[in-house]
Amino acid sequence: MEKVKRISGSIVSMPVNDIDTDQIIPARFLKVTDKQGLGKAAFCDWRYLEDGETPNPEFVLNRPEYRGASVLIAGNNFGCGSSREHAPWALLGAGFKAVISTDFADIFRNNALKNGLLPIIVDADTQQQLFSLAEEDPSTSVSVDVDAQTLTLPDGRAVSFPLDGFAKYCLLNGVDQLGYLLALDDEVSAYESGHPQRVMTTA
Amino acid sequence: MSQNGRPRTLFEKVWNTHIVREQSADAPAVLYIDLHLVHEVTSPQAFSMIRDRGLKVRRPDQTIGTMDHSTPTTPRNELGIIPVADAMAAKQLDTFTKNCDDFGIPMYALGDEHQGIVHVIGPEQGLTQPGMTIVCGDSHTSTHGAFGALAFGIGTSEVGHVLATQTLLQNRPHTMAVNVEGKLGEGVTAKDIILAVIARIGIGGGTGHVFEYRGEAIRSLSMEGRMTVCNMSIEGGARAGMVAPDDTTFEYIQGRQHAPQGADWDAALARWRQLPTDDGAAFDQEISLRADELIPMITYGTNPGMGMPIDAAVPAPEDERDINRKIALEKALAYMDLAPGQQLLGKAIDVVFIGSCTNSRITDLRQAAQFMQGRKVADSVRMMVVPGSQQVKRQAENEGLHEIFRAAGAEWREAGCSMCIAMNGDQLQPGQYAVSTSNRNFEGRQGKGGRTFLASPLTAAASAVAGSVTDPRAMLAGLN
Repeated sequence: MEKVKRISGSIVSMPVNDIDTDQIIPARFLKVTDKQGLGKAAFCDWRYLEDGETPNPEFVLNRPEYRGASVLIAGNNFGCGSSREHAPWALLGAGFKAVISTDFADIFRNNALKNGLLPIIVDADTQQQLFSLAEEDPSTSVSVDVDAQTLTLPDGRAVSFPLDGFAKYCLLNGVDQLGYLLALDDEVSAYESGHPQRVMTTA
Repeated sequence: MSQNGRPRTLFEKVWNTHIVREQSADAPAVLYIDLHLVHEVTSPQAFSMIRDRGLKVRRPDQTIGTMDHSTPTTPRNELGIIPVADAMAAKQLDTFTKNCDDFGIPMYALGDEHQGIVHVIGPEQGLTQPGMTIVCGDSHTSTHGAFGALAFGIGTSEVGHVLATQTLLQNRPHTMAVNVEGKLGEGVTAKDIILAVIARIGIGGGTGHVFEYRGEAIRSLSMEGRMTVCNMSIEGGARAGMVAPDDTTFEYIQGRQHAPQGADWDAALARWRQLPTDDGAAFDQEISLRADELIPMITYGTNPGMGMPIDAAVPAPEDERDINRKIALEKALAYMDLAPGQQLLGKAIDVVFIGSCTNSRITDLRQAAQFMQGRKVADSVRMMVVPGSQQVKRQAENEGLHEIFRAAGAEWREAGCSMCIAMNGDQLQPGQYAVSTSNRNFEGRQGKGGRTFLASPLTAAASAVAGSVTDPRAMLAGLN
C-alpha cells in the first residue's frame, strides 16, 4: 500500500443516505479475478442510462464541473450492504481518495482503510455545509492531514475526525496489516497448541 | 456463572477465548479464526496476494470452499452437467478450483453433492458449531451466529489475512440485546421478526455492534429460523448476530458429518452449555419487540430498513422530518414507482423468488410447498424455487416438494445464490416487481431496474398464487 499522508482535492456531493455497495459497484462486475479496471463500474447504474453506456447527464459525476473530483461527500451510513472490497477498488479506480460522511458501514470502512481510501467521519452540520459548498461552487477543494486527523474546509476551519490509531499508522507508513500478522507467527502457534482444533474440514 | 464472578455475555465468552493478542492503544485485538469459508467471488485477489508473497495457507484444514455466487441454477443437461453460460463466471470458477487445489483447501465444485450456498453448507455439514469464530468474504456470514458462534463477513484483504495467518485484526465491537418475547401468530415467521427488527432500528442501527437475539420467540424458532434471523443482522448494520445454543442447537448438530462424536460430543456439549449469557450480564444497548404483535412484514423501499407490516400504507416523504431521510424515501419511492399512502396488498407482481442464504433451507421449502399444495402460480407470475444446497435439494426431492412446486407451475432449480445477487443470469428485467425471500432490496440488486419486495417464504408463496402482494394469513385461514 502507498503512504497516505495528505489528501487535497475538489469535492463532489451525493446527498443520499445509505448508499449501498450494490450502487457503488453492481454485483455483475464482481466476476473479475483481479482489482484493475473497476473505476468504470463505480456507480454504474446511476452513471449510465438504460443502455449501460450513455452517460446520464443528470448524474453528478457526469457533470463537467465535477470532473476530477477526488473527495466524495455522501449521505449517512455510506457503504452499507455487501462485504465486497470491489467497492473501495472501484472508488479508487474512479479517482476518489477520500469519502466524507457522518458514518460508514463497518465492513466498508475496514476495506477502504486497507486500500488507502480514507473514510472521514464528520458531524451532520459539517456534512450539510459541504453539500452546500459543493453545489454552490464545484471548484471547492478541501484538504486532509492524516497525521493531525483534520479536514480543512475552504473557510480555513479545521474539523477533527476519528481514526483508529493502527489504521493511521498503516496509512502514514504505507504498511499493510498482513505483515503485522505474519510477524505474530509464534503467538499464533502458541494459541493453537493451547486450544484444541474445533473442526477439521479435510477430515 | 462466569469463572471470575462477573457475568458475561455469549459474545464476550466467544471473543475472550479467541484472543491471540489483546487489543491495545496501538493496535486492535488479534483474533483466532476457527473456520474460514471461501467462495469464488471474494477470494481470487486474496489468493493472488498470498501467492505473490510466496505464502502458504496456514490452516487448509480449517478452511472450506464452495461455489455459489456465480454458478448457474438451470437444470443439468443430458450429460448431467450444469452449463456455465458466462465466460467471466467460468473463468472465476476455474480460478477458484485452481486456487483451492494449489493450496490444499477442500472445495465443493459445481455439480458436487455437497455444493451450495456457503451459509447453508457450513451448518448442514456440522462445521458450524457453538463458540467458534467463523469468517467468510461475505456479509451474510452472520448466519452462523444462530449456533452461538461469532461469525462475520470480511473483505478480500482480510480473506488473505486469514488464509495466511488464521487470524484477523479486530476492534472489539459493542453488544446489543434484541429481545423478542411472546409467541408468533400463525403465518408469521422468523423472516417477519428480522424484517421488523430492521424496520425498527434502521439499516445502520446496529453499526459497530454484535446482536444477541433473545427471548421466548427466538427460543421457539427452529435452527433454520434462527439462521434466517441472524442472516439479516448485517441489514441492520451489525456485522454479527448470535443466539445462545440450547437443545434445539445440539439436536440439529448431532450426527452431522463434522459434528463431534462419542466422548468428544460429550465434552463439546459440556463446553457449549457454558456459553449462554450469564444472568445479569450487561449489554451496551437493548431493544425489545413483542412477537405476538407482529404480522407478516414486507419492504416497500430500496433498503431492508424500509419495511412495514404487510397491511400498512407506504409512508410519505413529507412526514419525514429529517431532510436526508426524506430525500432517501423520495428516491426509493421513485425507483419503486410507488406512491405515498399506497397499499402494497394487491399490488401486481411479476416474479416470486424463494431462495438465498436467508430462506432456502428445508423448512423454508416445506413451508412454501405446504402452501402451494393444490394451488397454482398465477399466470402472470414467474416463480423460481432455488434450494440452498444440493443436500437441501435432495432432501426436498425425497419429500416430494419439487413435485408440488412443479405442479403449481413453479421452476425447481439447482442450488446457488441465484436471483438474490443476480450474478449468474437469474435476474429481474427492468421495471419488474418481485416478492423475494432474499435479504436485499437495494436498487438493481436482483437485476438492473428490478424492484424487490422482501418477505417470508409464506408471503412469497401466497403472492405467487394471487399474482399480487398477499397476506398469507388470509389464505391460511381459508385453507383451515
